Amino acid sequence: MDVKNLVEELGLKVLCGENLEREISGCYCGDLLSWVMSRANEGDVWLTVMGNINSVGVAVLADVACIVLTENAALDEDALKRAMQNDVIILQTDKNSYQMAAAISKLI
Amino acid sequence: MQFYYDFHTHSCLSPCGDNDMTPYNLVNMAKLLGLDIIALTDHNTCENCASAIKVGESIGITVIPGMELCTSEEVHVVCLFDNIENAMRFSDHVISTMPPVKNRPEIFGEQLIMDEEDNVIGKQEKLLTLASAISISDVCKTVENYGGVCYPAHIDRSSYSVISNLGMITDDMGFSAVEMTSEADREALINMHPILDGVPIFVDSDAHYLENIKDAENTIDLPDKSAKAVIDYIKNLPKMKERI
Repeated sequence: MDVKNLVEELGLKVLCGENLEREISGCYCGDLLSWVMSRANEGDVWLTVMGNINSVGVAVLADVACIVLTENAALDEDALKRAMQNDVIILQTDKNSYQMAAAISKLI
Repeated sequence: MQFYYDFHTHSCLSPCGDNDMTPYNLVNMAKLLGLDIIALTDHNTCENCASAIKVGESIGITVIPGMELCTSEEVHVVCLFDNIENAMRFSDHVISTMPPVKNRPEIFGEQLIMDEEDNVIGKQEKLLTLASAISISDVCKTVENYGGVCYPAHIDRSSYSVISNLGMITDDMGFSAVEMTSEADREALINMHPILDGVPIFVDSDAHYLENIKDAENTIDLPDKSAKAVIDYIKNLPKMKERI
């Protein structure tokens, strides 16, 4: 399962990311960045409502497969720029993190 | 006497702070804009404050050593001290409570420690944007133990604020003032959080770039423009729980 499949299966909006062929190995939910940084695993889909520039940094450090902004949480302009520079895939959905995690667990 | 203030600014030591925000540039820009008193409040550190104070002394503007502390709940709190020794003791304490995650300058930006003449004299290796181990319920007490005062930063923002992260501000947190951005809808916030009614509001720039430092606009009434006068003023404000 890669990010491209995830986008197609769940109808996610792509806010940032050109190459979506990144393999997904798991999923992590969390909004406290310090917490996520030390606990999310490489290859996770990270579900969060935090769309600021530090979220992008955390995504790079933790090497997650992508960020999914749940409940249509907004992505800051600065964060988008940083994500483009660092090839971080950012997706968006109107579902909440529970609904999204439940849907992902059926796919992976 | 009324003095123009800005108690929340960042230098190049903050990972998100522009490298042009050297202590020299920051303090001189503040002076040009007509400010009388500023505080340098980098994320989780006071290591550029001594240099900024020296610049301030040479051009006649007061620089308060301060910090924008990130609590364990990722709530930002402006902390101010009346002398550099207390600020540095607090700074060392905060850094010792942070997880041993190293900064990655290419992602978060550099964390430069500079002298008063724009020379780089060191770098902070730990990533300063991370949460400290100090919780919101302990922050007032802890800062007081180091001789300082504190208030929650930009409570109208949607991230890193006490209201965005915890949903409310409560009297047992021990605050006596709050910070709002100049764009805040004060009336709406006070309606939603009646505890804020009558609580003094500081409006600071939270500048990370030289061009974000604001013109002198907000004033504070003090007997003189020393750091001590500011700290005493905030210390003497009634706590939120005393207002109820």
